[in-house]
Amino acid sequence: MITSFLIDSLDRRGRVVVALLVALALLVPAGNLLVPQESAFHVSTYQLTLCGKYLTYALLALSVDLVWGYCGILSLGHGAFFALGGYAMGMYLMRQIGSRGVYADPVLPDFMVFLNWKELPWFWQGFDMAWYAFLMVALVPGVLAFLFGWLSFRSRVTGVYLSIITQALTYALLLAFFRNDMGFGGNNGLTDFKDILGFPIQEPGTRAALFSASALMLALGFVIASAVVRSKLGKVLIAIRDAESRTRFIGYRVERYKLFVWTLSAVMAGVAGALYVPQVGIINPSEFDPAASIEAVIWVAVGGRGTLVGPLIGAVAVNFGKTWFTGVLPEVWLYALGALFVVVTLFLPRGIVGLWETMVVGRPKPAKEIDEAGEKAGEAA
Amino acid sequence: MSFLRLLAILSVLAIGLQPAFAGRVDDAELSSRVTALGSGGFDEVEKAIADLAATGDDRVPAILDHLGEGELMARKADGAVFLAEKAGKDYRLTDPVTGADAGLTPKATVEKIRVNNRLRRAISSAVGALTLMSPDSAVRRAAAEAVMKSADVAAIPALDRAIAEETVADIRATMLAAKATALLASDASEAEKLDSIAAIADLGGRDALGFLSGYTSADGAVGEAARKAAAAIESRLMLWDVGQNLWYGLSLGSVLLLAAIGLAITFGVMGVINMAHGEMVMLGAYATFTVQEAIRTFWPGLFDYSLLIALPAAFLTAALAGILIERSIIRWLYGRPLETLLATWGVSLILQQAVRSIYGANNREVGNPSWMSGSFALGDIQITWTRLWIILFALAVFLALLAVLKRTRLGLEMRAVTQNRQMAAAVGIRTPLVDALTFGLGSGIAGLAGVALSQIDNVSPNLGRGYIIDSFMVVVFGGVGNLWGTLVGALTLGVANKVLEPYAGAVLGKIILLLAIILFIQKRPRGLFALKGRAVEA
Repeated sequence: MITSFLIDSLDRRGRVVVALLVALALLVPAGNLLVPQESAFHVSTYQLTLCGKYLTYALLALSVDLVWGYCGILSLGHGAFFALGGYAMGMYLMRQIGSRGVYADPVLPDFMVFLNWKELPWFWQGFDMAWYAFLMVALVPGVLAFLFGWLSFRSRVTGVYLSIITQALTYALLLAFFRNDMGFGGNNGLTDFKDILGFPIQEPGTRAALFSASALMLALGFVIASAVVRSKLGKVLIAIRDAESRTRFIGYRVERYKLFVWTLSAVMAGVAGALYVPQVGIINPSEFDPAASIEAVIWVAVGGRGTLVGPLIGAVAVNFGKTWFTGVLPEVWLYALGALFVVVTLFLPRGIVGLWETMVVGRPKPAKEIDEAGEKAGEAA
Repeated sequence: MSFLRLLAILSVLAIGLQPAFAGRVDDAELSSRVTALGSGGFDEVEKAIADLAATGDDRVPAILDHLGEGELMARKADGAVFLAEKAGKDYRLTDPVTGADAGLTPKATVEKIRVNNRLRRAISSAVGALTLMSPDSAVRRAAAEAVMKSADVAAIPALDRAIAEETVADIRATMLAAKATALLASDASEAEKLDSIAAIADLGGRDALGFLSGYTSADGAVGEAARKAAAAIESRLMLWDVGQNLWYGLSLGSVLLLAAIGLAITFGVMGVINMAHGEMVMLGAYATFTVQEAIRTFWPGLFDYSLLIALPAAFLTAALAGILIERSIIRWLYGRPLETLLATWGVSLILQQAVRSIYGANNREVGNPSWMSGSFALGDIQITWTRLWIILFALAVFLALLAVLKRTRLGLEMRAVTQNRQMAAAVGIRTPLVDALTFGLGSGIAGLAGVALSQIDNVSPNLGRGYIIDSFMVVVFGGVGNLWGTLVGALTLGVANKVLEPYAGAVLGKIILLLAIILFIQKRPRGLFALKGRAVEA
């Protein structure tokens, strides 16, 4: 029943996206594993992993869009939830190494042996069990977001103030995770993973499975996000985005709606991080860098905020551009990224999707909607 | 190392420090008195020692020290006295007065000047008297401190005489404490030892604490008194530590103030979220670097004034950059703070990369002018001139800005536009111009901050990154739209950070502070000094 509810919530464009993602989940691994290398349709393992990484970024962008595009909360700290999910996954993968580490300690990860720790800290307990680790992937970012949101929304911290304190949050976590005493590997983070759920992590088969998992998880996230924004709750969220005070005066408990979508979004970001880590093979504190979180926001802006397809397109497009530029013209990339921020905010307030809608489909949504949202946010601030 | 040798070395050091030392007799006179050491029995030698000491010459302590160590020898042929050093089977002779080499000589041709205990005492008191009673106060102070460290019982008589003559109060106190340390080490009576501990406790300081710690575990009244005295000194030192931390905190606070005060204008007054603010600071720092390079190349003599020359350059560079950004980007985004945030972030990336392309990614070195280097001590607090100047500079900038806002036409117009844009326009204020100038002012001040930060931080393209979050924290904490709030916010955060540091460590202290601010904003979303009334909604 829930499934049919979720599926029914998709519009035509949504169904196309989900179908595409499912097709990707099947075809790309097939192109890697089944198609011979000489064939034009062969997908190399490098390309497969790269695309898998883009898909996790897309899920992160989707989670940012859910709060920013639909509820007007500009989070400059979503990278923190992404990284926390990643660390939870990383801890599981570290425990899976077992005695194959450099110091061959059956329980302690290498960095703890190196730091002369005698036993596992309490917060590392249980991470040898996959179900517990996967639960933590959702629970840790979720609980943090819940606490943070509960405090902030209740005391009506809005607009740029909220943006700045989300940035402070991820900055504080960045500093914390850099410390060796925290027990998360400090500067180097967690790496040298061996296997996941018993499968060697470097094997093409495992990598293909991880890619499929990313694509399917993105599809699931898309369906859930779509169900949320198309439900009555979603309408209230949009009302909050466009006129928070008015919505409150009508009688909605604004902070509860915000808290729900904020926590949901954080969990999605956490899951994205958890899928990201086994594919890139490392998680370190740089994921908490405020700059990384702002970059995720620009993916959404480029794709088109307030649409569900936009963040997916934006995340993939910008990251493809990043990969290409840093390979060919590394010094130009920051110029390009900086210009992207400026150009998109000045000339493309509705991103690629908005551009496509006006130019190709020719049925522009009322452009005022977005502008007014910004103005209202300004008023609230 | 014996007490005598210490004193002798000290006196030599003092000569090094003070080449034009007053108490010198001519070499021939001194040599003849040194030669007198080499003849006669112990009585004659003792008299010769007294004669030598009577010259008051600063070379005497070293000579007497050699005598005490048995390194002086008399040549049998003519009775001349030399400093002898064993070199194989022979002795290498050196003139003790001039230090001139007198060649090698077989062992049989020289005779060691023998000393007994009576002579050693005579030497000790002569050397002690010469250094402890030297006319140079620095030598006396150093000598007294040396005795205090060595706690040599033999020095007590010399100390007694020196104490009787000493006129400078704190040297006298050190001498008394030195005597006390020596007494404690001796087998003096308990009452004397108690007096000694009181004397040391009066001196205070880390040396005294270190010395007392040797007696805190002793039995009886002496141990008891030592423990009490040590506790008293410790608590006093802790007060000084608090003072030092406060100073560090003020120093950090002034840096935060400098970085945040420009933001208080652009964010606080105009409501523009300028994420490129840190890059304005960076531009100021690079302007300083450029000015300094030019001065180094063309007018090296002006180097000491380079920072003063850099101030207007940095202000103008950053202000022009700011005006350019305002006119080209920000003015299209007024009333849309979140978009402004993203666009200015883009600008910050471009500026960073531009500076990296021009100046390279490595740190650039900006020199300290002579009047900013070095430090001095205030009590037990070490104060570096750089930090002191930065504090003064931050306050000056703050007051100047306050004056601009409250006392000038531009300031009046700025406030008018902030409070009610339409009304301001209606009474004839050119609001776009005021916008541009306000933003330029805020950015220019960030440039000034860059000049100051170039003195204490690495000048690199990432310079601004490190300050942007802190600056926003300061402005938000202090209350948006209120310069006094920024001042209080910056100093509070600076001091709180440094006070936390000894307990929590630098990084953890900072994390605690960040979390505290996040919680504080929940409680007071508009900061410490919130604007009230209609202005809040605008």
